[in-house]
Amino acid sequence: MIAEATRRSPLSDYADRFGALSEASTGTLAIREVPFLTQINFRANPSDTEVLAAVQHQLGFTPPVEPNTVATKDDRSCIWLGPDESLVVAPPDQQQLIRAALRSALGDHPGAVVDVSANRTVIEVSGSSSRELLAHGCSIDLDPRSIGPGRCAQSLLAKAQVIIQQTATTPSFLVYVRASFASYLADWLLDAAATAI
Amino acid sequence: MSRLATGGRLDRSRPTSFTFNGKHLSGFAGDTLASALLANDVRVVGTSVTQHRPRGIFSAGIEEPNALVQVGPDPMLRATQVEIIDGLDAIGLDGRSRLSAEPDTGRFDKLYAHCEVLVVGAGRAGLTAALAAAQGGDRVIVVDEQGELGGRLLSGGWDDWLKDTVGQLSAMPDVRLLTRATAFGLYDQNLVLIAERRPDGGRLHQVRARRVVLATGAHERPLIFRNNDRPGVMLAGAVRTYVNRYGVTPGRRAVIFTNNDSAQALANDLHRAAITLEATVDVRAGEAIVDTRASADGSLSGVVIAPLVGNGRAREVECDLLGVSGGFNPTVHLFSQAQGRLRYDAGLACFVPEASLPTVEVVGAASGDLSGRGQGTIMPYWLVPGEDDDWSMHFVDLERDVTVADVRRALGAGMRSVEHVKRFTTIGTGSDQGKTAGINEGAIVATQLGQPVGAVGVTTFRPPYVPVSFGLIAGRNRGDLFDPIRLTSIHPWHVAHDARFENVGQWKRPWYFPRDGEDMEAAVRRECHAVREGVGVMDVSTLGKIDIQGPDGLKFLNRLYTNAFDTLPIGMCRYGLLCKADGMVFDDGVVMHLGLDHYLATTTTGGAAAVLDWFEEWLQTEWTDLQVHCTSVTDHWAGVAVAGPNARAVVSALFPSIPLDTASFPFLAVRDAELKGFPVRLHRITFSGELAYELWTPNWYGLALWESVIEAGEPLGITPYGTEAMHVLRAEKGYIIVGQETDGTVTPQDLGMGWIVSKKKEFIGKRSFRRADTSRPDRRHLVGLFPVDGNELLPEGAQLSLESRTDPPIAMVGYVTSSYRSTTLGRTFALALVERGRERIGETVFAPMPDRLIAATVTEPIFWDKENRRRDS
Repeated sequence: MIAEATRRSPLSDYADRFGALSEASTGTLAIREVPFLTQINFRANPSDTEVLAAVQHQLGFTPPVEPNTVATKDDRSCIWLGPDESLVVAPPDQQQLIRAALRSALGDHPGAVVDVSANRTVIEVSGSSSRELLAHGCSIDLDPRSIGPGRCAQSLLAKAQVIIQQTATTPSFLVYVRASFASYLADWLLDAAATAI
Repeated sequence: MSRLATGGRLDRSRPTSFTFNGKHLSGFAGDTLASALLANDVRVVGTSVTQHRPRGIFSAGIEEPNALVQVGPDPMLRATQVEIIDGLDAIGLDGRSRLSAEPDTGRFDKLYAHCEVLVVGAGRAGLTAALAAAQGGDRVIVVDEQGELGGRLLSGGWDDWLKDTVGQLSAMPDVRLLTRATAFGLYDQNLVLIAERRPDGGRLHQVRARRVVLATGAHERPLIFRNNDRPGVMLAGAVRTYVNRYGVTPGRRAVIFTNNDSAQALANDLHRAAITLEATVDVRAGEAIVDTRASADGSLSGVVIAPLVGNGRAREVECDLLGVSGGFNPTVHLFSQAQGRLRYDAGLACFVPEASLPTVEVVGAASGDLSGRGQGTIMPYWLVPGEDDDWSMHFVDLERDVTVADVRRALGAGMRSVEHVKRFTTIGTGSDQGKTAGINEGAIVATQLGQPVGAVGVTTFRPPYVPVSFGLIAGRNRGDLFDPIRLTSIHPWHVAHDARFENVGQWKRPWYFPRDGEDMEAAVRRECHAVREGVGVMDVSTLGKIDIQGPDGLKFLNRLYTNAFDTLPIGMCRYGLLCKADGMVFDDGVVMHLGLDHYLATTTTGGAAAVLDWFEEWLQTEWTDLQVHCTSVTDHWAGVAVAGPNARAVVSALFPSIPLDTASFPFLAVRDAELKGFPVRLHRITFSGELAYELWTPNWYGLALWESVIEAGEPLGITPYGTEAMHVLRAEKGYIIVGQETDGTVTPQDLGMGWIVSKKKEFIGKRSFRRADTSRPDRRHLVGLFPVDGNELLPEGAQLSLESRTDPPIAMVGYVTSSYRSTTLGRTFALALVERGRERIGETVFAPMPDRLIAATVTEPIFWDKENRRRDS
């Protein structure tokens, strides 16, 4: 049972400001929080093909072994975080299901499954100005020559550690930020957007 | 007015009014402040920094050493770079500028960019390179310091080519053209920093370029002669720029002084602008200007011309403009920053890049191709001797007011290197960084020492190429965005309930919650009292949390912590202490055994990242055989501590079905539960010494959990408390805070925590306890202190002595680490590190203050419930 009335996302107070910004940008920029996503940190030996195959069998994707890539199946994705680490992201309230699937895929092989759903919230930045907005605080190259849908990166956005995942050529990016840094980053984005749009 | 009727790249349909030194003047859109001042016959712009000589406009660009102005909050700008806009209010500097007392309200920000080719300089060479690169499909960024692309072409010629090329580049989607932007630093792997001037502030571009093309052109340099600093003495190329680009006549009667061919074009321009050319003085023809004359305002009124050799008669020529060209210096600053090597080219009489670098190419005048500047044949010549041996008015660095006499003094003092001469004389250290002075410095040193110019060399070029303001570097990292402010999920409640906050690392934590006009002391007293006598509640979400999984988890923990976890059953927690290899306390926290091969370790709020890094360092570099995975879950969990004799009643009210009696849920037990449909993990842990629980929930539910606790505790008067009360409560109980009672030089044994140091197992730091130093009997021990006067509060950090006097020298035996007023104890108390402290219990120590001495009795460091009856009740 999910206590919807009691659940509060780190940026729930920012919905209006994000909305007003999106409106002011006349379609070139939209920012919104994507709250409550299921996020499970998964550690497994990348050369343990048995585990990888089991994850594929259970969830329909193989945890990526190529750096900075994302495996996707329907509305679930798996973000490469390190040689033996990935982040499985799914719609809200699938924690038990995903954890069980990953646990069962691991069996008695070495690895770890940790629910980190509330550890980070997700900010979607989309629209034609989004690259320029992110370029105000992110030193990595977000040009289509370097990144596109299905790719991700870990970096700093302003002074907050983030995972950036491109989801569409529009372009559209998901920015994963730790909950305690979320309001700082939201304030920073709103401030930066004032010059980017 | 000295404005030509036609010509120039001005928008004459847009007159622009501005003030200079309070005087209302006007120019046109397209003017710089310098060109507009010349158009208004303003010749003296300011005075020099040490000799207070009148100074005018010397150049037409970034190299300007003389015409420095203050514009609004900008204390020092070059008049040659300031574009006039309506209402511009400029003041000429009397050598020094004054910082505004008002905060800079300009809007500064930062932008990262990536490209295959970055072209610095948008003159003919730069635009040609940019077009070629862009046609190849590369992402190209062109950066130029002027307001318009074109570089020297803006001063005449090539209009159609320029228009066509800029048109082509502008139409290309992968080309970015940046004007009013100066590339001021070139760092490893072609990171180029660019300062862009914007109407309301500025922007710092950080560009990472696969290839850099430096088309930075060349700076004309002057010849040096006596009284060469008068307003009206101008670089020859600058005269051309004012005439051709701005339609301004900087004088009516001109003299040209040169050693190369470039001034021929100037002669043509002067003729077209109806400026009388009174004389051309060419050192190649054996003549030089040996002195100048000034009118009443200090500006140029004439020159003295004499043959270079022999005793031929000097002649005087009246003039108000002197165009000087001593040749050109390729602008190699960025190339040198990129570690490119220079060589002296005797034919060109300048330093040129020896060769391009693998990813930094130099083109055009910057590479030594001075054909575009028309240098032609040049006779290397630097310094015109005066009529006597007085060198005090031969200015080498106009901005710094340094003369040949100063250089001679440096050489007389034994300096030989140009670097030493630079530092002795300050040549090249002004805000212009000696763009028109640096090479001349080396040449003068060479002529004085009788050495070749190439052997003497030039001073090192270092970033920044132009002055960069602090505002630009700070960008938007100011005010609330200066550093991340980390907030817990319960923060909105704290704000709504008037909490005062304390910064703990980047976190904002409630410090205390004042009620009805309470001051801090009263609030903390009330909060402490509530925890000791009733029940209090605190937001502990900020604690660091590390999830630890894997079959070797236990082995891992045993190696890291000073104490062992073998006997810790699932469903229980244990306090743990971490040391670094030197045996000094590093962090502490609680380790929870959550399930098979599954632990969770908490850390201090400030230590979370460092502890995880420490764990990972061992796992990734030394213990690669261990099957353990660590994951930070700090932000996943919100935590609420419920503490006090009534804590059980509050928690029971929330979880009526869970037996919380000590037999069922003893001290250090942990279990999962559910509240209103969301998960809550219950721990029985205390940091106050009272019966206490910590309730954790995923941070989405943190606020709901907190409000539920407040609601359930209301009948019992539950009291929110902050970090200050927490500090008092834990100190009463003798619980340490890492970083307060420790400073990286304190062992567990020093703290009286030998009980937590295992004798049986190996762990990080253990071997250091066998060092002679860690077992010294005279180490400082953690003790308690009771000031003899129970109202006297010892300052934290106060030094302690055994001697009851205040006149130094006094031998110190330790210092106060924590000090509070305790409502529980009815008096003040403190914790301290004191040499042989445990042997001194009952003795008196003294804290010398500037005006008095505070005496305190040494006690054991536990003041409250030594038997732990309250904790375990």
